[in-house]
Amino acid sequence: MSKQDLLSIVPLFILTSAAILILFSIAIKRNHKVIYIITTVSLLADFVFMAVADVPMKWTVEPLFVFDGFGKFNFGLILITALALTMLSYAYFEQREERKEEYYILLILATLGAATLTISKHFVSLFLGLEILSVSLYSMIAYLRKRERSDEGGIKYLIIAAFSSAFMLFGMALIYYVTGSMEFEAIGRSLQSLPKLPIIMIAGFGFVIVGIGFKLGIVPFHMWTADVYEGAPLPVTSFIATVSKGGVVALLVRFYTMVNGYQYDGLVGTFTVLVIASMFVGNFLALQQQNVKRLLAYSSISHLGYILVAFIAGGPLGIEAVSFYLVAYFITTVGSFGILTYLSDKDRDAELLDDFKGLFWRRPWTAASFSAMLLSLAGIPLTAGFIGKFYVVAAGVQRSTWLLVIMLIVNSAIGLFYYIRIIAIMFEKQNTVEPSRVALKPSVYLISGLSVAALTIALLWVGVFPEGLMALIRSLLNP
Amino acid sequence: MAMILPGFIISLMLGGALSWIVAGKSQALARWISLLTVAINLVVTIVVWVQQGSADEPHSSWLLDFALPWIPRFGIGFHLALDGLSLLLLLLTFFLGTLSVLISWKEIQNQVGLYHFCLLWVLAGITGVFLAMDLFLFFFFWEVMLIPMYFLIIVWGHENSRYAAFKFFIFTQASGLLMLLAILGLYFVHGNQTDNFTFDYFQLLGTDFAPNVGMWLMLGFLAAFAVKLPVVPFHTWLPDAHSQAPTAGSLILAGLLLKTGAYGLLRFIIPLFREQALVIAPWAMAIGVFGIIYGAILAFSQTDLKRLVAYTSVSHMGFIMLGVFSFNELAAQGVVMQMITHGISTGALFILAGFIYERIHTRDITRMGGFWKSMPFLGACGLVFAMASLGLPGLGNFVAEFLTLVGAWQATHKLTIIATIGLVAATIYSLRILQKVFYGTQADSTVLVDLSFRERMVMIALVVSIIWLGLFPQPVLNTAKPSIKMIVETPDKSEANTHRLTTQTEELSTKQKGGSHE
Repeated sequence: MSKQDLLSIVPLFILTSAAILILFSIAIKRNHKVIYIITTVSLLADFVFMAVADVPMKWTVEPLFVFDGFGKFNFGLILITALALTMLSYAYFEQREERKEEYYILLILATLGAATLTISKHFVSLFLGLEILSVSLYSMIAYLRKRERSDEGGIKYLIIAAFSSAFMLFGMALIYYVTGSMEFEAIGRSLQSLPKLPIIMIAGFGFVIVGIGFKLGIVPFHMWTADVYEGAPLPVTSFIATVSKGGVVALLVRFYTMVNGYQYDGLVGTFTVLVIASMFVGNFLALQQQNVKRLLAYSSISHLGYILVAFIAGGPLGIEAVSFYLVAYFITTVGSFGILTYLSDKDRDAELLDDFKGLFWRRPWTAASFSAMLLSLAGIPLTAGFIGKFYVVAAGVQRSTWLLVIMLIVNSAIGLFYYIRIIAIMFEKQNTVEPSRVALKPSVYLISGLSVAALTIALLWVGVFPEGLMALIRSLLNP
Repeated sequence: MAMILPGFIISLMLGGALSWIVAGKSQALARWISLLTVAINLVVTIVVWVQQGSADEPHSSWLLDFALPWIPRFGIGFHLALDGLSLLLLLLTFFLGTLSVLISWKEIQNQVGLYHFCLLWVLAGITGVFLAMDLFLFFFFWEVMLIPMYFLIIVWGHENSRYAAFKFFIFTQASGLLMLLAILGLYFVHGNQTDNFTFDYFQLLGTDFAPNVGMWLMLGFLAAFAVKLPVVPFHTWLPDAHSQAPTAGSLILAGLLLKTGAYGLLRFIIPLFREQALVIAPWAMAIGVFGIIYGAILAFSQTDLKRLVAYTSVSHMGFIMLGVFSFNELAAQGVVMQMITHGISTGALFILAGFIYERIHTRDITRMGGFWKSMPFLGACGLVFAMASLGLPGLGNFVAEFLTLVGAWQATHKLTIIATIGLVAATIYSLRILQKVFYGTQADSTVLVDLSFRERMVMIALVVSIIWLGLFPQPVLNTAKPSIKMIVETPDKSEANTHRLTTQTEELSTKQKGGSHE
């Protein structure tokens, strides 16, 4: 292992050592604030290292990792998102009775797992990353044990994740059997030499898709999403919706392009069906929800569908669109869950539509940012979500995948309905004055409030001046 | 000089934000700020108009041009330009905008700051739509005007406002997305042909299409404009939105938002897709004529005053479809006149309905009657605008409808005859308004106060402008003429014209240092 190799995997080491450091620090003394600061600093340091470290544009650590622009971009995105989630977690967990410190170990480990996915180019590193992510998530979901639905969510996720890992392992084994390799590029090469896909290979791809489908929560592997979203503590829910899914999307893109999946009509057809089903099922189920967490869960299913529209379109523009949409989706999702976190009280999360009734008249700024988030999810101009959707549609139109693009348009219109319904509820006039919440310490909420404000500003900034982000993505993807 | 184009939009946005901020301190100040913002824009536009009239440069239809690169990755520029058509529509926008602030003075009492913020942002969006010469930017403004309008309806609307706001938002947004699809299609078709990927209107003019492709792209654009205009059967959002919105909301919806659809037809459908538009022209005219009759019949059978006026809009907008797809200068002139006069006359009817609602708190015609006695001034204004709506000579609407029909006669005889029947139907429903609302006996003995000074000023401005447009329409026709000529001219001539235009705008934008479309 050369010095350059070592240098390039330092970001992984920083995360690992942060987890160990927190472990020791808890052993010495439990202090929420100290742990929180360690987490923040290490995530920040990691990001800064990624940004400034003198690593070549493309560097592979054989045989497991590849550090290219795409990987770096997603790695950095995951770190920043985890950082934002840490900010939001502090106030949320400060209110709870349970032991809060271990949560941060799990958060960092899960981030490590997701980040590993973005730079994997081998089944082994893929599986390692996926398992680190999943195992941390089991306990994160069920972290607040005393709450009603947390066990249900945790166990559901445990079973589903274990199940999907098994599928994936079996698929990998089949692919290995045909190609004799576990490395993406080598798999692609040996597939090139085959005249057509052997049936075992198709089965192998199928099983891997099932595994990935479960992690992404696309239809028909979406059953767990709503229950897990509802049962998990709010910061964890947003972690699943963003970091966990983002890591898997990055992995999917890399795997698919490296094995050159675009040439197989069967695979593309399968994805097309899955994507259309995800958009429709996600949106229709979201229409019927009274619980905002569940609503956002179903809407995330359809958003995954939108992202995959760009993924299926492929090509440089498609990958760019995926990256851009991920950023927009991350900002929006973290922001909207952040607002739910901000509004939650000691006993329960603010998750029912009733909690939002007349919010505008009580807390105009919070309601205004939440409206901005929802409009971004709906893809309305002035927000990042609009540019993201524009990018995706452009990628689809360029490749003439008309069916998918038109389905996306139809679904945007359906989705609009439940997003603006929440806005309408927030602006409903309310006569009864609610007893004001007893805030623990105003300073605790300051961090959450500032994070939400920063996310809202980022949302509008990217929506109005997207060129900067576009240039960054392009410079990383096409050096 | 070109700086005033972004200046319009930015001043409205800033004015809106400012009045939201100061509303916490003083509501009156918030109202004055927004009034002044819109009024200053109106004055500036009038100055531009007067100067343009005296300068008289016939060599180009474009008066001002402003371009900055915005998202070079996709060839998107912040490109605004002003020609006679946009100038007239801007005049209408700021005129009705000023009135909409004035008529809300007493009606809106809660959340005054947010209200004026939404109002000014809708106006900013509409201004942007009328000025944008980059298709992405056009779509951007197209959607920007939607959201504040949604809030205007939902927060300050009447009893069933939520349903109406949803319907309005989803109809317009869904059709807008189809337009986005068509815009992107056009972008890639043009880009693949010329290797110049751009959203700039002037460069996209004259793109050639494979027959099918062009038709689908045109239908995508048409979807958005047909919903906005609205064309029957896409009109069902309109009666709900118009009747549930607050008075100023109805005024802006009827007076301005519908015009963005008509403007889109003239500015984009005809020049970009001339051949395809010629193919569907007979159908489009037939649908327009159907709308004229259908709207008139439904207007006659309404009991909700605002809903009635809303259906008259459906009827009047049918003339626009008929005129646009007649493909001749007379009819197109009629369309421009119709856009302006309909904005004023229907807007005025909505304002009257709002004044009555403020006094008796109902929009139900069956509970009105005999208002002439108690409110003679209001009655007189009602008479003027009912007459305008039925197309009485001497008032602006007559000029518009007459020109449209004369132009349409050259294109189709049968449909024009049927459309003329629409004028008779208009007489019936307009007179019904007068009879039910102003004549007869008053249902209850509540004492009604006639219009206040502020309300009278609003009405006088409207009456004067509609009479002026009826008696001296020539200045308006002159202003619109160069743009109309460019839009309806035959293909070979227009190609030369297009070329001249592009070179001219390129010159202009190089002066601006860094146009988006080099």
